[in-house]
Amino acid sequence: MGLADARSFCPDLRTVEHHPQADQAFQIGLIRWAKRYCPWVGKNGGDGLSLDVAGSAHLFGGEDAMLSDMQMRLMRSKLTVCIGLADTIGAAWALARFGEGLAQTGKTRQALHALPVASLRITPKEDIILQRLGLKTIGQLADLPRATVGQRFGASVLMRLDQALGDQAESLSPEANPPNYATRLTLPEPIGLAKDVMAGVERLLWPLCEKLAQTMSGARVLSLICRRVDGADQCVELRLARALRDPSRILPLFAKGVDGIDAGFGIDQLRLVAIQVEALPAEQVTQYDKGHSTDGLHDLMTRLGNRIGLENIQRFLPADSHIPERSFIISPAAWSDPVGPWGYANPRPLRLFPPEPVVAHGNRPPNKFKWRAMSFTVGRITGPERIAPEWWLDDENWRHGVRDYWKVETREGHRLWMFHTPQNPNWFVQGVFA
Amino acid sequence: MAIWFVEHWVQEVLNPIGLHTHCDPHQVLIGKCSGAADVLAAAEEALRSGVVSLVIAELTQPLSLTAGRRLQLASEAGASTGLMIVRDGMGSNATQTRWHVSPVFASDDSTQMRWSLNKNKSGTKMAWDIRWDEAAHCVSVVSEDVERVGSSQAAS
Repeated sequence: MGLADARSFCPDLRTVEHHPQADQAFQIGLIRWAKRYCPWVGKNGGDGLSLDVAGSAHLFGGEDAMLSDMQMRLMRSKLTVCIGLADTIGAAWALARFGEGLAQTGKTRQALHALPVASLRITPKEDIILQRLGLKTIGQLADLPRATVGQRFGASVLMRLDQALGDQAESLSPEANPPNYATRLTLPEPIGLAKDVMAGVERLLWPLCEKLAQTMSGARVLSLICRRVDGADQCVELRLARALRDPSRILPLFAKGVDGIDAGFGIDQLRLVAIQVEALPAEQVTQYDKGHSTDGLHDLMTRLGNRIGLENIQRFLPADSHIPERSFIISPAAWSDPVGPWGYANPRPLRLFPPEPVVAHGNRPPNKFKWRAMSFTVGRITGPERIAPEWWLDDENWRHGVRDYWKVETREGHRLWMFHTPQNPNWFVQGVFA
Repeated sequence: MAIWFVEHWVQEVLNPIGLHTHCDPHQVLIGKCSGAADVLAAAEEALRSGVVSLVIAELTQPLSLTAGRRLQLASEAGASTGLMIVRDGMGSNATQTRWHVSPVFASDDSTQMRWSLNKNKSGTKMAWDIRWDEAAHCVSVVSEDVERVGSSQAAS
């Protein structure tokens, strides 16, 4: 049913946008929660979980008690849930979606007997064919001779039927735990000295970096949480200029943050979490790299970044444009590499600023003019160089049309980059040469 | 490697396309600081680390004696060079040297500059006329006599 149809039936219909990623993250969270019941928990489509509870039901007082416990806990967190429990994955799937309830051990066939054929995890097309032939329930399908079913509806229907009834094995693939990049240290006595906290951080860093090394990743943002005796948390965040997993390099970077901690009556627990993790594959180190290491620079960028913001440390990158202010881009140095060739045939000023108007007439630079409350006499001019606006971009600064750029050397010394807009006669100064 | 600290509201930007005739723009990092105090603190940090050979800070307020002395000590500790770009009459007394650089018009050359040393703790004050030699990629000192003859011809 389309949204318009649904609205006509129910004018007050509330709609919420579908967020597949958020749903997936929630499903992963739910998988972690479900591990309280059994260690084997796997995804079942986008909206379900399969649990292999064989051998763990008695811990909750039997299957019935376990199901009601599950239902109660999920209901408390406002989730609507349908649970099916059976000998096979197929049967549990069918029960959860079409019947809900528990099939006793060995009674799968009876439990599924009255359920519709759609509950066999078959495709909608196969479902329609079966319906047309009057096969409404699994019981009817199962009663047919096997050879006929295979010939008429294909092997997949037969396979699904066998899987549901337990004649064919099907395995559950449990989801692996997502790597947890966090370490914790609990202290018998509260500590208060920065040196002691640093020693604690060092102890936490080694296992954390080992974990990172196992997955070939490096930390980009680290957070140190110090729990004080009085319960107040002190948090130190460290944003690194490059992904790192070398404890001896990360440790000194924490020094400044640790100095700023207010220890109060003492700290009795330290927790170190890598909040943002990036892939950091092992690299071949050559003799050349040793002489040209940029480690020191990245450490400096990290320290500066924690003071002025990592995104405020920037570098220039070349861009493909004739427009002076767009012929380079300024990007954060921590997230970019210095690549690309520089070069331009025509001279360009060393400093650029937003165009400043100059009173002048004509299409050649004036002999005398005033700029920034200074008078200038022109000594030598070079130009013009015509630059046309990029018509595919609507730039407000280029509304005046094409520009004729001149390099104007004044007798007072200043070498200015001036331009004239012939389509809308005006003169401006936009830059200064060295 | 050089790092250049400016306050974030300064609109005049360094143009890497113009810079590339003098040095590789990839060797320059820009640090945008939120205030004058941040510029000084960041410059001190960078000087002390010694991993960048040149630290440039554009100052918009007069440098206090304490701040100037701290920067001096940091630069000695890190064995790196610090350049403070100060406005007219805002120099600090703690500085070792203070230069005034202004472009000069010359009839035959458009890269000429006058570098005058206004303050020098360990020597005398002087002024030089300098031109940028693009082929050799270095500055060269212009002999003063030639410059005077050249400028008088241009004036007449």
